[in-house]
Amino acid sequence: MTNDQIKQAVLQIISVIAPDEDLSRLKSDVALREQLELDSMDFLDIVMELRKRYKVEVPEADYGHLASLDSCATYLEPKLKDK
Amino acid sequence: MTRDWLKGVKDEYDAIIIGSGLAGMTAANRLATCGYSVLLLEHHYNFGGMATWFKRKGGHIFDISLHGFPIGMIKTCRKYWSADIAESIVQLKGIRFDNPQFSFTTSFDRADFTDKLVNHFKIPADTVEEFFKFARGMNFYDDQKITTRELFERYFPGRPDVWRLLMEPIAYANGSTLDDPAITFGIVFSNFMSKGVYTFQGGTDKLITKMKATLKANKVDLRHHALVEKVLLEQGRVAGVVCNGRTIRAKSVLSNANLKSTIHKLVGDEHFSPEFLREAAAVRLNSSSCQVYMGVRKGESIPYVGDLFFTSTHPEFDTEALNSMAVTSRTYSFYYPDTRPGSDRYAIVCSTNANYADWITLSEEDYRREKDKLIKGVVDTLERYLPGVSAKIDHLEASTPRTFEYYTRHMAGASFGTKFEGLKISQNLSKAIGGLFHAGSVGIIMSGWLGAINYGVIMANEVDKYLRQDVAVPAPVREETPPAMSESHV
Repeated sequence: MTNDQIKQAVLQIISVIAPDEDLSRLKSDVALREQLELDSMDFLDIVMELRKRYKVEVPEADYGHLASLDSCATYLEPKLKDK
Repeated sequence: MTRDWLKGVKDEYDAIIIGSGLAGMTAANRLATCGYSVLLLEHHYNFGGMATWFKRKGGHIFDISLHGFPIGMIKTCRKYWSADIAESIVQLKGIRFDNPQFSFTTSFDRADFTDKLVNHFKIPADTVEEFFKFARGMNFYDDQKITTRELFERYFPGRPDVWRLLMEPIAYANGSTLDDPAITFGIVFSNFMSKGVYTFQGGTDKLITKMKATLKANKVDLRHHALVEKVLLEQGRVAGVVCNGRTIRAKSVLSNANLKSTIHKLVGDEHFSPEFLREAAAVRLNSSSCQVYMGVRKGESIPYVGDLFFTSTHPEFDTEALNSMAVTSRTYSFYYPDTRPGSDRYAIVCSTNANYADWITLSEEDYRREKDKLIKGVVDTLERYLPGVSAKIDHLEASTPRTFEYYTRHMAGASFGTKFEGLKISQNLSKAIGGLFHAGSVGIIMSGWLGAINYGVIMANEVDKYLRQDVAVPAPVREETPPAMSESHV
């Protein structure tokens, strides 16, 4: 997957977890939590969905890398390059 | 011949869940929606664990723990159950206090508590604001040595009346005390302060019925009257369970039984390392409860006097007094007809915290006498606020720590799980025994309906992670990790 495809994939997951949020104006370089009402359970859901959909494991110590769309893509890119 | 409650159960599952409390049911649902084969085993005839109810002659229905939980429950139910379940969650607006220090009604949210603290208790607005901010910001990575007492000393020194306002409802909600880590208070209190106290309209029976239907639709194999006697291990890993005398194999087992029962009874001490057992032995169980159930006769009604009523004649907040048999500090939950729309019935349930040790040592005769005394104290107190109410009550019944022990099989009848240190042991169980997980009321924060459901989700995530690994790898090494959560789940 390319960097852009990963961002789209994460957005798709967020749209399922937080169906009431308007994701059209989301800034990719700003923390998700500053733009959306996401709590730590929502981030756990994102991790579970990433595992389910793309067989990628995000260890607890790396949760910080999921802060913004950009940082998600940078972090996940090497893990998803063959998917 | 006795009925075979396990008829049709398969020989093997991906996951077996022991116990159908809200954590167990939620974990089962999550794992089933991930595509795993799941068997849920419940020893009782009803599902729900402490989220339960019972019926009595005369058309009475009594809820054990329906009132109330924080607003976070709406989002949690929508995500992990269904929009339909989430839509039945409604606010309880009348929370009333009456004790020697203060007497008023509150909506139990930040705006109204700020108003009470500033205008009634005359605390500077800045202090109140700072306190709320601090409590809201507390998380697991904070220093856990500061106790709730020290937190209160910092913001409200010499104000036992304020301490009582802040602490008493939380002590009823989760059995915590002034000497527990402040984080246990901060998280639970902040969750309630967000938007107040909520309940499930339709009653516990409706909620559990809907959850059961969802589990069935997601192909979870649900069994009641199914008592798990043992968790089976092979080469240090989970291999299945023995239930009603029958062996059922599984790749993973998630226990929603009490944490201590899981370790000492279901698995057995011989399977744990001495250091794990030392830590497990240091885990304190939380206190137990008594409840008195008052059913109002059909055709009779009581006026609206609030939904939750905290009453006491004790001079100030005092954990020992709260748990003692001579308790005067009680919570009354009032269930009006709109609890179950279409019904015309009223019920009142009074809860008090209790020590198991006080009740277990009684002779049968003394036990009956103490129960009668408990009921009389509860009804007499209510009569002072609602004159004539006792003549309208046609069903009276009490439960004690013995009753909680009987129905939940929790060690010492614990009705709020374990103290704070239990959380780490619960989370590390799978590091001691591969494939064995625990979800249930632990650590004070992971208790209550919302805490239990969220913890079920957190541990289902761990089971999923485990099941996706190559099951042939050797048993994992023991190590310690910080809890996965950085903030409130309760």
